[in-house]
Amino acid sequence: MLYFSKLRVFSVLIFTLIISYFTISNFTKVDDEFFSKNIKLGLDLQGGSYLLLEIDNNPVIVQRLQSKVLELKKFFKDKNIKIRNFSIKDQSIFFDVNITKKEEVLSLLDDDKSEINTYFQQFKSHEFDIENEDNSFKLTYSDYGLVLLKNSSLDQAIETVRRRVDEVGTNEPNILKRGNDRILVELPGLDDPGRIKSLLGKTANLTFQFVATNQEQSFGTELLQYESGDREAIVSKRIIISGDNLVDAKPTMNNQTNQTVVSFSLDRVGARKFGKATSSGVGKSLAIILDGKIISSPTVQEPIVGGNGQISGDFTFQSATDLALLLRSGALPAPLNIIEERTVGPDLGKDSINAGIMSLIIGFILVVAFMFYKYRFFGLIANLALISNLFLLVGILTLFEATLTLPGIAGIILTVGMAVDANVLIFERIKEELKNENNSIIAFDSGYTKSRTTILDANITTLIAAVILFFMGSGPIKGFSITLGIGILTTLFSVYFIARLITAFYVIKNKHKEKLI
Amino acid sequence: MKTIYFNKFYKSFNILSGILIISSLVFLVFKGLNFGVDFKGGTLIELRTNKSSANITKIRDSFNQMNLGDVSVKNFGNETDFVVKFEKQNSNDPKFIEEIKTKLSNSIGTVDFRRVENVGPKVSAELLRSGVIAIALSLAAMLLYIWVRFEWQFSLGAILALFHDVIITLGVFSVFSLEINLSIVAAVLTIVGYSMNDTVVIFDRVRENLRKYANVKIFELTNISINETLSRTIITSVTTLLALLSIFIFGGEILKGFSLAMILGVIFGTYSSIYIANPVLVSLKVSQRTIVKEEKE
Repeated sequence: MLYFSKLRVFSVLIFTLIISYFTISNFTKVDDEFFSKNIKLGLDLQGGSYLLLEIDNNPVIVQRLQSKVLELKKFFKDKNIKIRNFSIKDQSIFFDVNITKKEEVLSLLDDDKSEINTYFQQFKSHEFDIENEDNSFKLTYSDYGLVLLKNSSLDQAIETVRRRVDEVGTNEPNILKRGNDRILVELPGLDDPGRIKSLLGKTANLTFQFVATNQEQSFGTELLQYESGDREAIVSKRIIISGDNLVDAKPTMNNQTNQTVVSFSLDRVGARKFGKATSSGVGKSLAIILDGKIISSPTVQEPIVGGNGQISGDFTFQSATDLALLLRSGALPAPLNIIEERTVGPDLGKDSINAGIMSLIIGFILVVAFMFYKYRFFGLIANLALISNLFLLVGILTLFEATLTLPGIAGIILTVGMAVDANVLIFERIKEELKNENNSIIAFDSGYTKSRTTILDANITTLIAAVILFFMGSGPIKGFSITLGIGILTTLFSVYFIARLITAFYVIKNKHKEKLI
Repeated sequence: MKTIYFNKFYKSFNILSGILIISSLVFLVFKGLNFGVDFKGGTLIELRTNKSSANITKIRDSFNQMNLGDVSVKNFGNETDFVVKFEKQNSNDPKFIEEIKTKLSNSIGTVDFRRVENVGPKVSAELLRSGVIAIALSLAAMLLYIWVRFEWQFSLGAILALFHDVIITLGVFSVFSLEINLSIVAAVLTIVGYSMNDTVVIFDRVRENLRKYANVKIFELTNISINETLSRTIITSVTTLLALLSIFIFGGEILKGFSLAMILGVIFGTYSSIYIANPVLVSLKVSQRTIVKEEKE
């Protein structure tokens, strides 16, 4: 155990130096991208906001079912099958058929090559599960159909969320999928997430619909509230144009009224539709509806054919800016709920870094002093291993650009406390061996050999805890498990390569000395 | 070094541990744990007032007027810092926090919100579940590991020692109503690792000595092994405790609970690897045959 080949000595040194370099690179500035890596600070250390959003998919499901009903009606009409009593209840479609057609309908819906109920070969599942009793049918999304739907709405939502966050211009936001209906948004440096939250909380479904001339509710109309909450109006259900037709939106000043408005431009299809509708609707009121609430309902004075228009309303400059931003970034497929929020102010983050570094330094000094007191010269070797261990640990964290959190710093300090364990086990064993063995080289050698399984056992148990924590923990706790886990690996390296190397040199030089340890 | 007769006290300390475990369980069942917002849901605000005249009563009164459910206010570190927790969480309303801040400023002067945590009921339930799963999983993984590495008598001893440490640590948290949050789960997992580590070191020695001495009774043998590994046990516990004490004292308020749990865990873990794990081997009458049989197979 004490023999080291020249090549081995050389590679240990090179490896240690290279990794240690990355520790130092945290404090220096180099122009090269690879050589100027920095450890990333978690939100709890640099300050910032963490938001977990959950998509409310229920409206999407209902919407999809509604369009499915239309599809089914057309499909069966083409096949000359009469379908009665279509209804949507509990996220399922219900309908009845003539009992003689039952088998035919069943085969159309339940076939592998069904055109109306797609079959996914790789998942052995249809998009919809079919239930049939007598002449009644019930269609419900299958598990896989639901996953597919959720994934597509999540993909759509995450794009919109990204555009909205980017528009606000926070620095280096981190937007990630979580499961199949959640989005994680990390906003470093943001200490008041109020504005982002209000932007993400809106679906931003914009539609233009005419206010019904006859203010009585009928099949083709709906009763909607005004945004101000003090009025309501009955509007036609027919959508003239929607937010999808918008290509740009920005807040501007209306010169005549001196009010802040949102001007928008439409794409070609939208401009044509809008022109046609406003030409035939001069004199009518046009309701501008956002998320089911009427912003305003100006009267059409003249046809708007150029594809440019303005939305007036009770805007401040800020609210007009936000509305324009929402319209530019597009609508969300479904409402998002913020189900978890954690915000740390920048000065608390700074305090945490200071406290963390302070306790690291003090803990380190205490451990180093204690080891020197207990083992003298070999204490120094253990301490050298401890120092290189720290450099290796921070270096590896930097190299992989891991995120350092406050519990992560605690993990480093804990590593300092526990890392000496391996050297202590070895030294104590060597002491025992020296009682029965006069040749110090043999005693040292068997001290290393005999303590090896114990050290591995002891470290593997802690590693198991760290790995489980890594997979089960979230955010800051994950940071703890990373430093703890990597700390164990660097500890083993520093003990078995660095400390052992120095010990070997020393023992071979001083093999005739009495009472080596 | 002088031999210490740890084995003389096996019985008395087992009784003590029994009492500690039972009282911990009684507290855990009847008083329960003080779950933080991570596991209970709700809102936590760490705030700093710029006047030291702002006190807990004043802050509690102004929060109570806001209709936020159960409110708890605690001093946090120095006298201008407070942590306020309440049941209501309304992270969907972007003005929720802003309104609280405005109202609070009106009654006690300018405040700075240093930290806001808002956890919905769904997330807190999930976090609790994954915390429990993580601890259960780590116990199971340890059991598996030690089962592969040692004979079943040893596994039983190690696992009992683990349960002992975890239950008593949680018991202390229950008695003093200390907050259980995500970092406590991390601490408990690390305790599990540490306690196992400590037990394994002694057990390795017990097994080695079982091979060496055929005629020494396990009662004596455990004592020899404890003594042989004692200086290592002490040194490692001391260095780990030094590091943890440094976090506890200098690491800031956020890490207080975490480091306290770890300190308790290291103390109980060291104690249990001597006084729980070894007596189990004694009462299971482990002998040289226990390990030889296994090796023959």
